[in-house]
Amino acid sequence: MAPLRELRPAISIILLFTLALGLALPLGFTGAMQLAFPFQANGSLLRQHGAVIGSTLIGQNFTGAAYFTTRPSALSPTYNAAQSGASNLAPSSAALLAQLRPRIAAYRKAYGPGPVPADAVTASGSGLDPDISLADALRQVPAVAAARHLPVAGVDALVRHLARYPAFGFIGTDHVNVLELNLALEHLEAR
Amino acid sequence: MTLGGWLYIVLVFALVLGAAFPLGRYIAAILEGRVTWARPVEVAVYRLAGVDEKRAMRWQDYAIAMLLLSFIHFLLLYAILRLQYYLPFNPLHIQGMAPRLAFNTAVSFTTNTNWQAYAPEQQVSYGAQMLGLTVHNFISAAAGIAAAAAVMRAFCAGGLSTLGNLYVDITRVTLYLLLPVCIIAAVYLVWSGVPMTFAGNATAHTLSGAVQSIARGPVALQEAIKEFGTNGGGFFNANAAHPFENPTIWTNLLETWLTLAIGFALPIAFGHMLKDKAQGRALMAAMAIILALGCAGAYAAEAAGNPLQIQAGATANGNWEGKEMRFGIPASTTFDVAATGTSCGAVDSFIDSYTPLGGAVPLFLMQLGEVAPGGVGSGLYTIIVFALFSVFVAGLMVGRTPEYLGKKVQAKEVKLAMLAVLVLTGFILGGTALSLLTASGLGSLANAGPHGFSEMLYGWTSATENNGSAMAGLSADTDLLDYGLGAAMLFGRFAFMIPILAIAGSLAAKPKLPPSPGTFPTNGPLFVFLLIGVIIILGGLQFLPADTLGPLAEQFLLQAGKTF
Repeated sequence: MAPLRELRPAISIILLFTLALGLALPLGFTGAMQLAFPFQANGSLLRQHGAVIGSTLIGQNFTGAAYFTTRPSALSPTYNAAQSGASNLAPSSAALLAQLRPRIAAYRKAYGPGPVPADAVTASGSGLDPDISLADALRQVPAVAAARHLPVAGVDALVRHLARYPAFGFIGTDHVNVLELNLALEHLEAR
Repeated sequence: MTLGGWLYIVLVFALVLGAAFPLGRYIAAILEGRVTWARPVEVAVYRLAGVDEKRAMRWQDYAIAMLLLSFIHFLLLYAILRLQYYLPFNPLHIQGMAPRLAFNTAVSFTTNTNWQAYAPEQQVSYGAQMLGLTVHNFISAAAGIAAAAAVMRAFCAGGLSTLGNLYVDITRVTLYLLLPVCIIAAVYLVWSGVPMTFAGNATAHTLSGAVQSIARGPVALQEAIKEFGTNGGGFFNANAAHPFENPTIWTNLLETWLTLAIGFALPIAFGHMLKDKAQGRALMAAMAIILALGCAGAYAAEAAGNPLQIQAGATANGNWEGKEMRFGIPASTTFDVAATGTSCGAVDSFIDSYTPLGGAVPLFLMQLGEVAPGGVGSGLYTIIVFALFSVFVAGLMVGRTPEYLGKKVQAKEVKLAMLAVLVLTGFILGGTALSLLTASGLGSLANAGPHGFSEMLYGWTSATENNGSAMAGLSADTDLLDYGLGAAMLFGRFAFMIPILAIAGSLAAKPKLPPSPGTFPTNGPLFVFLLIGVIIILGGLQFLPADTLGPLAEQFLLQAGKTF
């Protein structure tokens, strides 16, 4: 019978591929990558005094006026990197509007009157966005500088120095990695 | 909208279409057995598996082998998911998956859908990701290309009784195409920051004094094949929005390219196999035009932003809910449109939070049958079905038996093609309607009003079309949706593929006629526009009423300031 004739090749192909592509390949590739790029292969973890303080690629929640803050996160608790995900609230959702209004009010209260960047009051796709827009970061500068008793111009210059700009003017966005920025801020203060 | 945004979209098209020509020539050489640089490995596979590489299969053998291979692989994945607690590489001690979720997931990866009713970080071990999901990503992609190869061969000569050898096609496509490209891409991904480790979660003590557990894993390899094989199943719940799957704008560009590359290269490969390159270019042009319209529409809608958010006092710099800062609006929408023009279904931004019209684009691209450019292999054989409809319509207008590529298209082929299309429509519309009549279905919705309807419609469309993206607020791990969408995925894959293989078998046997003065030319702009028209009218007539109740209704109500 035809199906029986196909049984041996079908089973063998699957077992062979499983061993080669599902076992040998990931193990070998992981070994090679651990040797070639150990920092990235292990999650781009930053250490201070020997302890891991976070990953440059994974956002974390910063509290207090002395830090630049990350975008809202839909995860519970916020920036819970053992999970990931978005709010999945519809544009027409009353719940989304009920979240936006207090966020906008809180942003104005913290950083003064002026435009509120939409990206600063909306939750990211991953819930772990490590970056904020340059416009958002610059809006936060006076408040952070005041909390740290630093000159506004110095903090402003630091933000612009750490900002990443689109390649060739169109590939990517103007943004700043918040963990990098806050770490640099602490070093700025230490000097 | 900015000029830079449009330039980004142009760049993606330039990179994809530019690569399609050399890649298409290479794929044709693979399928014709002219690529031999890993011949010893290939021969070893055949010997170990007991494959007679000289054996050519009739369409029935090809279909039976396809079903059997898929069924065995489904059983293996089901077993792996159920037993993952006892398997190696499970540093987080994740429990075995529950039966209904394991069924849904195993079907999902067998059918190249990669619908995710589970949260990977908490429900799938590293071992199951590697041994199960990654292997399925390779084999289901190669199987799709193999099915397309069988269909393409049917047009290449007259009086054929066989269509090739499934095992040889799968082996060669994996060895010469999927594997090398994925390894190169994965090295770049790791260098850019995608983890490749078995060490389990990292624990960080953050600057603000909190403890943060950070999920990691052997991500990079799966990420590469997930895009290149248009599978789309994320290592993490947030899929390609997660910084560990997609850390920079450059990885985002690479992943977008990987998603589209084979889909656009296959029509070019078809042209080479036919020794009539203009035929392949015509199919590619139709795919590219539909995708370009989708990219433009989604970008325009998302860049305009959410009117409620603007009224509440935020700036009008786009709809950022569910999007990542490092990508920006144009790169986000282009990624998601690429993933729904194909059967990939990976997302780097969350479609549930797209504006109504922005979210309607991915939905409609799936409803068109995923031909822009479609899943690897499935996109090509689907657009060939639409090409058959197109010559059939053109033939009806002049009262002549239509032919496509020298093969007469007769009642039998058109009936089979219609059957394949109608099965899909039945599952999408019937499944949506039935689900919304049950309390369980209504309970799965995350949003109210017309958007809730969109969520359910999107879910059934995505499963039936084997896409795998979601309006992810939908709670899909219920009896109704695990089993219902599981069935939709199975029928969407095989109740479509088998009639197409039957058409291929029937056409293969016919003589290949030389073009006559009465032949409708299928290599020029007139055919391209007829083909696009047939695709859009067929998709539109079937689904526009349903889409009106979802995205269109939401759009009008949102403009009027109504919330739900």
